[in-house]
Amino acid sequence: MRKRVWSSVLLLVLSLSLILAGCGSNNGGTAPASSGAETASGTSSSGSSDNGSEIKVGILHSLSGTMAISEKSVHDAELMAIEEINAKGGVLGKKLVPVIEDGASDWPTFAEKARKLISEDKVATVFGGWTSASRKAMLPVFEEMNGLLWYPVQYEGLESSPNIFYTGATTNQQIVPAVTWLLENRGKKCYLLGSDYVFPRTANKIIKEQLKAEGGELAGEEYTPLGHTDYSTIISKIQQADPDVVFNTLNGDSNVAFFKQLRDAGITAQDMTTLSVSVAEEEIRGIGADVLEGHLAAWNYYQTTDTPENKTFVENYKAKYGADRVTADPIEAGYTAVYLWAAAVEKAGSTDIAAVKEAAKGLEWSAPEGKVTIDGENQHIYKPVRIGEVQADGQFKELWSTGEAVKPDPYLKGYDWAASLSSGR
Amino acid sequence: MEVLFLQLFNGISVSSILLLIALGLAITFGLMNVINMAHGELIMIGAYSTYVTQNIFMDLFPESMFGWYFVLAIPVSFLIAFVIGLILEFTLIRFLYGRPLDSLLATWGVALVLQQLARTIFGAPNVGVTSPSWLNGGLTVLDGVVFPYKRLFIIALVAVTLFIMYLYIYRSNAGRRMRAVMQNRDMAACLGVSTRRVDALTFAIGSGIAGIAGCALTLLGPIGPSLGTYYIVDAFMVVVLGGVGKLIGTVFGALGIGVTSTVFEFWTTASLGKVLVFVCIVAFLQWRPRGLVAMRTRQLDS
Amino acid sequence: MQLRTLTPQRIYILIGYAVAATALFCAPLYLNDFRLNLLAKFLAFAIVALGLDLIWGYTGILSLGHGVFFGLGAYAMAMYLKLEASGGRLPDFMEWSGLASLPLFWKPFESFGFAVAAGLLIPALLALFLGYFTFRNRIKGVYFTILTQALVIITTTLFIGQQALTGGTNGLTGFSTLFGTPLAGEGMKHTLYYVTAVLLIAAFVLCRFIVKSRFGKVLRAVRDGENRARFIGYNPAVYQMVVFSISGALAGLAGMLFVLHVGIISPSMMGIVPSIEMVLWVAIGGRGTLVGAALGAILMNAAKSVFSENYPDAWLFFLGLLFVIVVVFLPKGLVGLFSRITFRKREESEEHEAAAAISHPAVRAGNG
Repeated sequence: MRKRVWSSVLLLVLSLSLILAGCGSNNGGTAPASSGAETASGTSSSGSSDNGSEIKVGILHSLSGTMAISEKSVHDAELMAIEEINAKGGVLGKKLVPVIEDGASDWPTFAEKARKLISEDKVATVFGGWTSASRKAMLPVFEEMNGLLWYPVQYEGLESSPNIFYTGATTNQQIVPAVTWLLENRGKKCYLLGSDYVFPRTANKIIKEQLKAEGGELAGEEYTPLGHTDYSTIISKIQQADPDVVFNTLNGDSNVAFFKQLRDAGITAQDMTTLSVSVAEEEIRGIGADVLEGHLAAWNYYQTTDTPENKTFVENYKAKYGADRVTADPIEAGYTAVYLWAAAVEKAGSTDIAAVKEAAKGLEWSAPEGKVTIDGENQHIYKPVRIGEVQADGQFKELWSTGEAVKPDPYLKGYDWAASLSSGR
Repeated sequence: MEVLFLQLFNGISVSSILLLIALGLAITFGLMNVINMAHGELIMIGAYSTYVTQNIFMDLFPESMFGWYFVLAIPVSFLIAFVIGLILEFTLIRFLYGRPLDSLLATWGVALVLQQLARTIFGAPNVGVTSPSWLNGGLTVLDGVVFPYKRLFIIALVAVTLFIMYLYIYRSNAGRRMRAVMQNRDMAACLGVSTRRVDALTFAIGSGIAGIAGCALTLLGPIGPSLGTYYIVDAFMVVVLGGVGKLIGTVFGALGIGVTSTVFEFWTTASLGKVLVFVCIVAFLQWRPRGLVAMRTRQLDS
Repeated sequence: MQLRTLTPQRIYILIGYAVAATALFCAPLYLNDFRLNLLAKFLAFAIVALGLDLIWGYTGILSLGHGVFFGLGAYAMAMYLKLEASGGRLPDFMEWSGLASLPLFWKPFESFGFAVAAGLLIPALLALFLGYFTFRNRIKGVYFTILTQALVIITTTLFIGQQALTGGTNGLTGFSTLFGTPLAGEGMKHTLYYVTAVLLIAAFVLCRFIVKSRFGKVLRAVRDGENRARFIGYNPAVYQMVVFSISGALAGLAGMLFVLHVGIISPSMMGIVPSIEMVLWVAIGGRGTLVGAALGAILMNAAKSVFSENYPDAWLFFLGLLFVIVVVFLPKGLVGLFSRITFRKREESEEHEAAAAISHPAVRAGNG
């Protein structure tokens, strides 16, 4: 009886809470409190993103949760690019204002925040995502609301959304050339090890087809749950299979455990080649250069990549975030994404998405990794491919590179053996 | 044959790691009935303490001394986690005795805060801890069968920790008081035991042992803000499977899970192995709801 | 014990409900599309919270496995939507994973009716199955809680591992239409919002009916003194099983609505973290009161959204501290706070209604 009385008070609160849920939303005219720390300076009254003297852009990475270990640095690089562009006078004479959101390593949250950035903050574009899952979660939102996303990480290919620009490598710019190189230089017997999620499984499917076509031999294939930290049994299995090469698509933290324990089992890079596609300079710091020395990785960019643009990029990054910080491929791809978008906007003369996409076709820019070009057809970019070896100082030494930028081919149409993979599209 | 040897060793090694991460919980959860979801974060604190100790050695001491930082890191990790445990007990946990499920929720909040704190202080990316050179390499038992020193070291560390804990709990006056309070709080209080002090000390010791676990884990795994989340569920499973309230149960629980999971992982895949282990745990608890080693009690409601 | 006369208190209650209902149904007028979508999601969460409150607040069983039931419901709906979006072809992720034809268990999900039935029944049956063994074996309290965590690990690992069948970590996304109408359309969104609001109210009424019935009294008796209830002649296991199963079905319902609003379901939504969060909504709102549970879910999620939007770097601090403070200092949640302020004097006597009816004021709820 009495319980029900105060529940009436609460129901009033319920109605308040509905308003709370809507707070920061009634964008009618007042500036909402909801648009990230950096916007406070702006007047951001209403309407489209490039009203007045500023252009809002969204930055959407995981700042908390398990993916923060990787994404935070990309977020930093993108902010740096925005700052640099602003220092040079902005885009179309307007200042860029980043609106920062936290994807919290949770895919539905990525979708929610993407929706918020487009519909409430009315950003001109969004830079964000790391895992394939977060991109897949955001993709329908961007397509539905006609937004624009720049995705900065190497991924498994087989995708080409009209609302996404992919500045990381697709499979033919990382995995396929790496496998070819390994087969030619390190041996035919290949063991596939990956974390149990979409990128490794898809990548390994491609690799298996390629091994068949190019005369390789599959020694074994193993997936471990995300966050797996004991690799003793897996290492025993690998030892039993005795492969020439381990092709490693493990994710983040698992790499640390795997490599530390591989070393303890007495296996060094001299005994067995491993080539990783998710271990970059940043990860080396967490694993330890002494453990990784001699192991290989395939990327499009290394901190040691020798271009004048890279020299300034690394200097600026260290000056801004600390001398002990390192740059890495996804960090560079995030940085490049911001510049490519800015160049496209300058060329189009507006932030209108159709115009920007049109202007982006064939756009060239001298990135730290070398000259990159946007492929107008699939909205990926031409990138050089490099295979590097970890040195004692935690940096890579380039062993091989394609020299010139490789045309992106997300559906692997240029490879006969891949015909069965890209069917349907 | 070699594989059998190696897998047996792997099983024991995994068990030792599980035991190490669960020992602290066996005290805070097993003895005190606090469902400490921040246990994983105490492990993380131990790992970061090791990282800081390493950095101090790198900066202040000559290079020849570097290898010995790890010897110091173990007590340092214990102490820092101990102190943080003490603070936690004093500010939070003491309000939650007798409300185990509430303690679960509150310590979950603590875990979130500690994770974000680590991210703010040490940065989001993983940090690197270089293991001391005297732990590199391994013992060659047979041709092709190598027992890594690090894993042997962890097994030894667990054995020593367990032994000290045994002495403390079952052979010292402080331990006697601890057991008295945990078994019958009112009676112990009547007999003049300061239950507040015993509670605080017990929780802090449990936390300190989590710190040691964190220190040891730097040898094998990643050191980052979300480190604790990888171990927390496993630690609970070990304690529950072993039987709450008995140290020896925790040992059996760790051995059970460790050996089973290596066997399953070897025969099937890592993912399927994990599923099978957890199915076994669920099935086992149906059969013996109180775990492997149950506390004997005549109470109907406990 | 209920007086059916129009006392002033009863009038307040009616006004309260009326205001809440008005606020709910007028939301599309004062919220923009994005916020309305968020609110719809929160309402779906409120349904889970109601179910959780039934078993935790009223029966004293803490489940940290409700993410699984939520997820199963969500997957059932997502499978239907995915098949509709694929328009007779193989869903895209199956193609990448190398499947040649649709797996057998996917086929029935082409029917909306089947999907909805599955979304309710599969979680309910799983809960019944788990409950049948655990409750009969008198596994309770902490042990049950840890067991449900094991269930979570098993399910998420399986769902992640079977990429070809479930979409792996990516989960299921990329839906387009429902009954041929685009999900993105404004009309569709409003309709779905109203459907959710109505279902929330229906769930509320159902829970209220359960709680007020004789069945509900036995539940509270089981909570406050399981053995006493047993000695009187009730079989607590049956009651626990049934209520756990209802609770699972409610979570499944919420999951289905969630997918319609959010457009994605992935194993991470059924993991340990969301499962604990769900319990926290109930704890913060106030366990043992239905209004509290529903409110807790809505308020907590609103707070999470607002905090994380305004302080993307530090929102976890706020959230973590909020959990700690509420759990430690407001054991009965926000509802408890209000009741303390408004009816401080009379609070004590109403505490253990049901327990008193059986025999003894016994143990507090939440001790499991």
